[in-house]
Amino acid sequence: MSKLAIALLVGLFGLSACGDKEGVVVYKQGNYSGKTDGKPWENAAFAGDKAKWDNGIRARGQNQNESKRIGD
Amino acid sequence: MARMKFLCDSERCIECNGCVTACKNENEVPWGVNRRRVVTLGDGLPGEKSVSVACMHCSDAPCMAVCPVDCFYKTEQGVVLHDKDMCIGCGYCFYACPFGAPQYPQSGAFGQRGKMDKCTFCAGGPEVDHSEEEFKKYGRNRLAEGKLPLCAEMCSTKALLGGDGDVVADIFRDRALRRGKGGEMWGWGSAYGKPEPGTKKPEVKS
Repeated sequence: MSKLAIALLVGLFGLSACGDKEGVVVYKQGNYSGKTDGKPWENAAFAGDKAKWDNGIRARGQNQNESKRIGD
Repeated sequence: MARMKFLCDSERCIECNGCVTACKNENEVPWGVNRRRVVTLGDGLPGEKSVSVACMHCSDAPCMAVCPVDCFYKTEQGVVLHDKDMCIGCGYCFYACPFGAPQYPQSGAFGQRGKMDKCTFCAGGPEVDHSEEEFKKYGRNRLAEGKLPLCAEMCSTKALLGGDGDVVADIFRDRALRRGKGGEMWGWGSAYGKPEPGTKKPEVKS
């Protein structure tokens, strides 16, 4: 009796890993259905502060203007 | 909100290919792919012009329009990115893009090609920011570090500008107004010296 119970338990445990998981990406015509991407300010460096990121990028962009950065 | 754009000033580009090298190194781009290239018109002739070309992150991107599996998406900043896990490597985006931005790594023998690869504006892709997975598939995510694409940031002559479209346009407008010609050009005085007051121009012999 106990052997049968053990065999059943082992069988159930062994089969527990078997599942019918969807292996194919479901395409929705005209819509992006891939993974979602995070926002560039949602990380440790900016802690979700969008304004800080925006201002930083803007200031960094202005550094490309050498006539303002180092003068004429 | 920032809308990311590139602009290459052909008056300044000296075809040094620094942007190409920087991109290759920063993103560890696969063999056979150059996300950025320098194109020269009238090479070797007087008045030749060079321009650095990569993905232009189009507002109405043709690559997005033709992709049969819709693996492209656009971020809030207007950067066109794609999910490599969905890409089937069909090549439609390559044919649709007027800039030749989408490219394919040569991943095996007999012309076998891998997933499409293109410029990401150094914004990574749809994986956890700064993860190993993101770097392997898409390269460095500089935007999430508060930095601009390396190609533009390290351009020695500042021919290649990148960043918020408004900022880039302002810089270029300011530059075009100051540029002038001949001795009026920016940097001319530093390079050749300014004319001393009272000196006459040499007479031109006819």
